[in-house]
Amino acid sequence: MSATSASRNPLSVLKRHLHVACAATALLVGAGDLAGAADLNALIWCDHSDPALLQPFEEANNIKVNVKEFEGTGAGLAIVEQSQPGDWDVMVIDSIDVPRGVEKGLFEPLPEDKLPFADLFPQVKMDGSTIVGGKRYGITEKFGYNTIGFNKTKVDPADMQSLASLTSDKYKGKVAIYDYYLPVIGMAALAIGKKTAELTEADLPAIKAELLKMKANAKLVGEVTASQTALATGEVDILVGGGEWVTAGLAKENPALDFSIPKEGAVLWSQSLAMFKDSKNKDMALKFIQYIMSPEGQARLATSSCYWGMPSNTKAALTDDQKKTLRFIEQPQFLARAQAYPAPNADLDKKMQDVWTEMLQAQ
Amino acid sequence: MNTAQNNGHALRWALVAPALGWTLLFFVLPFIAMGLSSLTAHEGGGFTLSNYSQFFTNASYWQAMVNSLQVTAIVTVVSVLLAYPFAWILAEMVPVRWQRLALMLAVLPFWTSYVVRSYSWLLVLAQNGVVNRALTGSGLISEPLQLANTRLATTIGFVHFFVMLLTLTIFANLKQLSPSYRRAAADLGAGPVRTFLHVVLPLTLPGIMVGAFLTFVLCIGDYITPQILGGNNELVMPQLVMMQIGRRGDFPLASALSIILMVVVTAAYLACARWLKIERT
Repeated sequence: MSATSASRNPLSVLKRHLHVACAATALLVGAGDLAGAADLNALIWCDHSDPALLQPFEEANNIKVNVKEFEGTGAGLAIVEQSQPGDWDVMVIDSIDVPRGVEKGLFEPLPEDKLPFADLFPQVKMDGSTIVGGKRYGITEKFGYNTIGFNKTKVDPADMQSLASLTSDKYKGKVAIYDYYLPVIGMAALAIGKKTAELTEADLPAIKAELLKMKANAKLVGEVTASQTALATGEVDILVGGGEWVTAGLAKENPALDFSIPKEGAVLWSQSLAMFKDSKNKDMALKFIQYIMSPEGQARLATSSCYWGMPSNTKAALTDDQKKTLRFIEQPQFLARAQAYPAPNADLDKKMQDVWTEMLQAQ
Repeated sequence: MNTAQNNGHALRWALVAPALGWTLLFFVLPFIAMGLSSLTAHEGGGFTLSNYSQFFTNASYWQAMVNSLQVTAIVTVVSVLLAYPFAWILAEMVPVRWQRLALMLAVLPFWTSYVVRSYSWLLVLAQNGVVNRALTGSGLISEPLQLANTRLATTIGFVHFFVMLLTLTIFANLKQLSPSYRRAAADLGAGPVRTFLHVVLPLTLPGIMVGAFLTFVLCIGDYITPQILGGNNELVMPQLVMMQIGRRGDFPLASALSIILMVVVTAAYLACARWLKIERT
C-alpha cells in the first residue's frame, strides 16, 4: 500500500485523528494538573466570586483562586464526593451544615489561635454547629436575617413589625415568599410562637397551616433572583424571608427597600468557611480563610456584588455609608431578638421539605 | 468471507463505534447508575423501593406529575395549532426566494439565551410590564392582571419556544410534499379544503407528530421555564427532582422521580410511534 493510498484509507484517517485527539487530550490534562497544583480551589457561594474580593488575595499571594459555585449543601457535598481527594481546598457552607461535612470526614480542624474568633459577634460563632467533638471545623464569615423585606413607600412600616401582617388581607397579593424551606419554616414557627431551635415533628401541622396562610396571600414563591426582582420591580411590596441580603445591595438604586426584625423575632442565617482535610495546599487555604476574616476581606465579602450581608467580624473595614445600609449599629439589638436557623436531623429535614412541597402545590 | 468483505465489515464497526461508545458512556451507563441509585436508601444506602412508593403515596409528588402532563399537553396542542398555519404560510405563500430569510426570522428568538428569554417574558408579563400597561392604558382593564408567575406565563414561555421548533419540522414536511398530489386531488374534483383535509394533512402528519413529540419531551423535562415564569405557585416534575438535590442531596429520590418521568416519556413515544417517521421530516 502506498503512502498516498494509506492516507486516504478511512481507517487510517480515523486512526490518525484518534492519535491527534489523544495527544491533545493528554496536553490538556497535563496543563490542567499544572494549573491545579499552583492554584487554590474553592467551593463557594456566589458572593465569593466577586473579583473585588478575590483579586487582592490573588495579587498578594501570586496565586489563582479557582472557584466553583453551588447552591445547597447537598449539591456542594455531591460535588466533593464526585471529586478526587485533594481537589478542593476550602468550602463555604451553611453554618448549621458544618457537622454534615465533618461526619463525612471532609474537614480539617481550624487553628483557633490563628483566626480572629475574639473579634466575631459572639452570637454568630455558632459553636453548636461549628464545633464537633471538641474541635472547631468552621468559622462564620457572614450572617444576616431571614425576616421581612419590604418597600417602605408601599406598605406601612409599622405593620412590618409583626409577622401577623404577612397573612392579613391588607397585603393580599402583595407578598412574595423566598423559596427556601428552612428559614421560612422558621418564620412560620416564630409567627405561631414556637422557638426555632426546639421544632419537632409535632409542630409541623401548625407550621403547615401558617405556611398555607402565607401562600394564600402570596403572588409568588421565588428563589433569590426571582424574589429580589419581584421586590425591586414593584411586582410585590413584601418579601417573606427577605432581609439585608435583598435590600442592602439594592439600596443605592432603590432606597425605599428596607427590612424589619418583627416583634416575634427573625431567623438568623450564617455561612461558614471550612478547610478540606485532604487539601494539598493547607497553608494557602488557611491564608485564604485569614484573608476573608480580615477587616478588609470582611468588608469586601459583606458588600459583594452578588449579595450583601453582615460581616461576622466586628472590625470589618466598612465605610460609614455601608454600615448604615447594613444597619451595623443596630446589630446587638437585632441579634438579641433573632432565633437560630432551624437545624433539623435528616428525618425531620425530609418532613419539613415535604411540608414545603405541599405548600407550593396548594392552590 | 473474503478480505475485502472483512475490511468493509470492520470499517462499518469502526465508523459506528464512536456513536455506540458515546451512547454507552453517556446514556446507558448513567441510566444504569441512576436506576441503581433509585433503589438505594438515602440514609444508610440499603436496598429500598420507598423512593418509588413515595411518589404514589405523597399527593404533592403525584400532583407534580399531573401538573407536568397538563402543562405539556396544553403547550403541545397550542404550539401545533399556531405552528401549522405559520409553516403553511411560509411554505405556500412566501415566494421561494424569501423563504430562507423568512425561516431565519422565524427562528431568530432561538439565538437568544433560553434563560434571558424567560426573564424577558417575566418583565413583559409583570404587573408593570408591557402587556398590563397597554391594557390599563387603553382602558380595557382598571387593575393590572396577574400574568407573571402563573401557569399561563409558563405556557406562553414554552409556546414561544416550541412554535419555532414545530414550524421547522412542519415546514420541512410541507416542502417535501410533491405538488402532484394536490393536482391529482384537484383533477378528481376535490376543493382546497377537501384536498387539505384528505391529502395534505395526512401526508404532513409525520412532521406534526415528530414536532409534537419533541415538544412533549423537551417541555415535560424542562426546569427553567416553569421555575422562572411559574413563580413556584405549582410544581412540575423537574422542579420536584431539583428540590430533592439542593439542600438534602437526596439523589436516590431524585433518580426515582427522574425514572418515573422517563417512563411517562416512553409511554408517550409508544402511543404515537406509528406516526413518528423521523426520516421523513
